[in-house]
Amino acid sequence: MKALLWQGVNELSVDEVPDPTMRNEQDAIIRVRKTATCGSDLHLLGGYVPFMERGDVLGHEFLGEVVEVGPQVRKHKVGDRVVVCSFVSCGHCWYCQQQQFSLCDNGNTNPAITEKVWGFAPGGCYGYSHALGGFAGSHAEYIRVPYADQGAFTVPDGVSDERALFASDAAPTGWMGADLGGVKAGDVVAVWGAGGVGQMAARAAVLLGAERVIIIDRYANRLQMAEKYLGVETLNYQTQDIGGELLERSGGRGPDVCIEAVGMESHSSGAQYLYDQVKQQLRLESDRPIAAREAIYHCRKGGSVFLLGVFANLVDKFPLGALMNKGLTLRGAQQHGHRYIPMLLERMARGELVTEHLATHTMPLDEAPQGYNMFKNKLDGCVRAVFEPAR
Amino acid sequence: MKALVKAGVIVVGGWTLRRFLLPSGRQGRWQRGPLMRREPRWHVVTVKPARDELTPDSPLPEPLAGLGDAVEVQIRRAPADRGIELAVRLRDGAQSPVTAGTRRLAGRDPHQAIRAALREAKQLLETGEVLHPDSPPTTRTTAVNKPLQMATRQGRREGRL
Repeated sequence: MKALLWQGVNELSVDEVPDPTMRNEQDAIIRVRKTATCGSDLHLLGGYVPFMERGDVLGHEFLGEVVEVGPQVRKHKVGDRVVVCSFVSCGHCWYCQQQQFSLCDNGNTNPAITEKVWGFAPGGCYGYSHALGGFAGSHAEYIRVPYADQGAFTVPDGVSDERALFASDAAPTGWMGADLGGVKAGDVVAVWGAGGVGQMAARAAVLLGAERVIIIDRYANRLQMAEKYLGVETLNYQTQDIGGELLERSGGRGPDVCIEAVGMESHSSGAQYLYDQVKQQLRLESDRPIAAREAIYHCRKGGSVFLLGVFANLVDKFPLGALMNKGLTLRGAQQHGHRYIPMLLERMARGELVTEHLATHTMPLDEAPQGYNMFKNKLDGCVRAVFEPAR
Repeated sequence: MKALVKAGVIVVGGWTLRRFLLPSGRQGRWQRGPLMRREPRWHVVTVKPARDELTPDSPLPEPLAGLGDAVEVQIRRAPADRGIELAVRLRDGAQSPVTAGTRRLAGRDPHQAIRAALREAKQLLETGEVLHPDSPPTTRTTAVNKPLQMATRQGRREGRL
């Protein structure tokens, strides 16, 4: 089959690889219909996650059709149209039973790598390096889905492929940030990053009853998109004073909940960016946490900060003093998608949650390297490039 | 200058060798003091079995049973409805660091077998099967891929258990 392969830092190719095979009785094989780029792929592409092998298949946000099921798969049959959670979780361990699915004890076949780096191992993730299980990604014609009854969700008839695709990762990740960040009626919520995940977090905050939701970015097209499709306020950090605006819009209190949806390759317009770039390129820090620092700084006293952006390891100049002295609650997680996807699909069916505008560029899998180039460099207003392997 | 470089190479080489040969959590001879454990460490995992199928009297899951009399096994209830704690340790005392290191490199360290058996037993009890990695791989063994492939192979028997 054809697949998009990581060939080295900033090097991709579309090549033939062996078809996936059933390895466990709870597996399913899915024919991929749509598969999306994600900002976190750029960390792999740029070599910031040093656990990739030449020939690994990228991609973790996808939707497709079941073509084969193992004997222990009960909920799905051949022909089902399913969206699959990007995380591989067993659904039975203590963490899964607590609905913390991305912390699954059994979903990662290479747990020792992350146990060494982080102390304990999270679950597995498709196309996300050998640190998260080494599972082949979805930028391919077919993909193996372990624990298919847990991670694959039948898409309701009324929901299009274009909309349901983002129930795989962007929508549940964003929802989790607002939910576990503790957004409630009357809150002022600030979201750093107007990419797919940031937009979904902002929409989730609106649906959870926030009084004002403000999304921050530097790309005018993304901010316009957020105003048009999400009904939220926007700030451009290159032309506006973020601190002043947030104070003014929150009655001088600061946002109740600050959601960081940027991750380890954060940008800013100040000297701080230059400092972090130099340190990151010299490998003196692995991650640039500029948006995380800002979220902590601007959050109100006693407020909540949630990290949705992916971080790999170590950051510098982390504002622990602000965190402690303002009595903030800081949380973060990879997405617990299994917990939210059925509810999100229902909301998509009712039209409360629209996502198809995120797919600004749709193309055949053969053009995926160009798609990643557009996505990485934000060319032609690209928010998400989506590939169709069957096209 | 030459002597200085040689000395540096010997020190760094020795330190690297020691780090590599000694599994994490073990210390060298010169660090042994009253706090150093002399008996083998317990490897423990908490399991939430799908059914109440493991009690101190029930037969052990296959991966653990396969370790035979070489290991001692304890089963106890975990607090707060977290399931059971499954603890395993080698029956016959500590090995010398050099022996342990050599066996580890060859993939024949009994601690690695214990870790792998505990992980597999947990998966069997919780999900009914042991999750296998994708196969056939989409990667090939190249000079660039080899170190990570070796680390991954080794890593399936390592970790904090």
